Amino acid sequence: MTEPPEVIRIGGLSKRFVLRKDNSLKERIVGFGRVGRRHREDFWALRDIDLSIRAGETVGLIGHNGSGKSTLLKLIGGVLDPSKGTVEYRGRIGALIELGAGFHQDLTGRENVYLNAALLGLTKKETEARFDEIVAFADIHDFIDTQVKFYSSGMFVRLAFAVAVNTDPDILLVDEVLAVGDESFQRKCLEKIDELRLQGIAVIIVSHNLGIIQELCDRTVLLDHGELLYDGDPREGIRRFREVLAAQPREVSGDAGVIRRVEVCGFDERPKSSFIPGDDVVIRVGLDGIHAFPEWSCSVNVADTQGRIVFATSTYHLGGEKWMSGTDDHVDVVFRFDAPPLSDGRYFVSSSIYVTNPPNQPVSQAQQVTSFEVLSDQATVGPLRVGTTVRVDPAT
Amino acid sequence: MPFRGRRNGGPTESSVGAIGQVAEIIRHRHALSLLIRRDLKARYKDSALGFLWTLARPLTQLAVYVVVIGHFLGAARGIPDFAIYVYTGIAAYTLFSDIITGGTGSIIGNAGLVKKVAVPRELYPIASVGGALFNYSVQILILLLATVVFGAFPWHWDLLYAIPGILLIVLYGTALALLLSALTVFLRDVSYIVEVILLLLIWLSPIVYSWAMVRDAVTPLVGGPILMEIYNANPLTLGVLALQKAIWTSGVGAEYPSDLLLRLGISIVVGLVLLVLGHWVFRRLQGNFAQEL
Repeated sequence: MTEPPEVIRIGGLSKRFVLRKDNSLKERIVGFGRVGRRHREDFWALRDIDLSIRAGETVGLIGHNGSGKSTLLKLIGGVLDPSKGTVEYRGRIGALIELGAGFHQDLTGRENVYLNAALLGLTKKETEARFDEIVAFADIHDFIDTQVKFYSSGMFVRLAFAVAVNTDPDILLVDEVLAVGDESFQRKCLEKIDELRLQGIAVIIVSHNLGIIQELCDRTVLLDHGELLYDGDPREGIRRFREVLAAQPREVSGDAGVIRRVEVCGFDERPKSSFIPGDDVVIRVGLDGIHAFPEWSCSVNVADTQGRIVFATSTYHLGGEKWMSGTDDHVDVVFRFDAPPLSDGRYFVSSSIYVTNPPNQPVSQAQQVTSFEVLSDQATVGPLRVGTTVRVDPAT
Repeated sequence: MPFRGRRNGGPTESSVGAIGQVAEIIRHRHALSLLIRRDLKARYKDSALGFLWTLARPLTQLAVYVVVIGHFLGAARGIPDFAIYVYTGIAAYTLFSDIITGGTGSIIGNAGLVKKVAVPRELYPIASVGGALFNYSVQILILLLATVVFGAFPWHWDLLYAIPGILLIVLYGTALALLLSALTVFLRDVSYIVEVILLLLIWLSPIVYSWAMVRDAVTPLVGGPILMEIYNANPLTLGVLALQKAIWTSGVGAEYPSDLLLRLGISIVVGLVLLVLGHWVFRRLQGNFAQEL
């Protein structure tokens, strides 16, 4: 079997942004020459990236904010020009970047479909042939001749997505657009992307939703500060990404400054950062100056890398809906979780302090200040690690 | 299947040559026509009179100039069929100023598309040229109707002067539109400067006065002949003069600069060079559009 053809080839690609702080004629003239140079700041958004993508591959681009994911996507899409290196591609590129940015508010849905399709390279005939399909996919039959400024945001996005995926792209670029629309439409989009992939289209997805990356992609590219850290298997890519995330130092942001520290410990209440399923997890929250509040409650939550809260509790709930009170200045609140059945991955701990007044609004908050890791066998996948056995019985 | 697209980095190499870029623009002509139609449609959407509004401004200007300058100030005395004379000039000026104003703001106005779709960015300023030409054709229609009413329809060989006249205006307009649309992205002041210069330009060409009046006033001055040559070199002046020669038949005996055809020819050649230059600057700058917008 021959390998599917290469559709994107990137060699030594770098992109430099020049950040300028002056933007009017006066400032340019005043700061002419050398002084002007001082207002410039070079910033390398991407450095020396080599990448080759074949037809039928679905590649997830991951990395924290500002790692260069979107820049890379825009360079591939031809919206930005490289500072160094080359981008080569075959066929038509369809881009789901800033959906609907090309729509004109005063034109009807129909007029916008024709204009956008033409800009993506379709002839009038080709657009006509696909028009019904586009309208059906977007599900806006009654509104196609209405100006798009009267559309709901959902309709707007649906139409934009429908145009982009129905223009027969050979390469599809997807930038975080799956975060919009209702759940059923998101499903529909994912199914459509899957369908396109099976037709041999190369799909490149940028998303912070690692669940989607893991579900859709057969390859991930991890970027960190504009450099390519990893290229390969999605599981491994996501694992390395979590390491990058965990390495970023976070500090307790103290508004009222009540939370002094948050610490993850093992069953013996000594600091620990790596667990296996079945270990007890102890979270210790150190508070300062809590006697300033006559009644208070301390809450903690544990979230996975996608920001989904896995479990949460508070002294208010645990104490039978009673507020804490006391005269001590420094206290440690110690939560003990008995053998949480967590699956493989990194978990982030947050804590907040609530008081009676103001209600429902924390006076002190420490968002994802610390994290711990769970190393688990792969007996089950999903958020829970469940002890499992299996047996095959002869049918009776 | 070979790699269709190739984008190189580096400041010295541009992605595609000028010729390749022109071919790319021609390949997108369908999108271009839709862009022009979008601009025209969007401008007067939801207004009851629609396209008729494109005539409101030049007709008002016409009325003011004919009454105030023509009759109160007496400029009309030496110029028969003054209304047609003035309207020929105003229509030409409006074409030029529409191209430049529309073109200058075209990249910023289409920021959403520029940041998202990889089509030749030249489409946006060129679409403004197309829109301006459409408006001009409506004005010319009105103008020709007026000549019929005045009984002075320009049925003569000089009508052919209209071709180099319009060509000249479109050529310079397009060159400047390309240049200015790119510059405005980096320096927003450009659009305000353009506004002021356009305001001046209507008085620097023989639109509401005659060319002979300028010649008579300027030539006796020190360095007069040189000043006159500078005045004549203005492409808008040449374009307006050519159009007047074509359409304003009552001015059969009117005076024009010597060798008008030669002057038009030279100006067109210079305009072509300017167009290539404007396009070159545009191509150099367009790589940074998406990050500056």
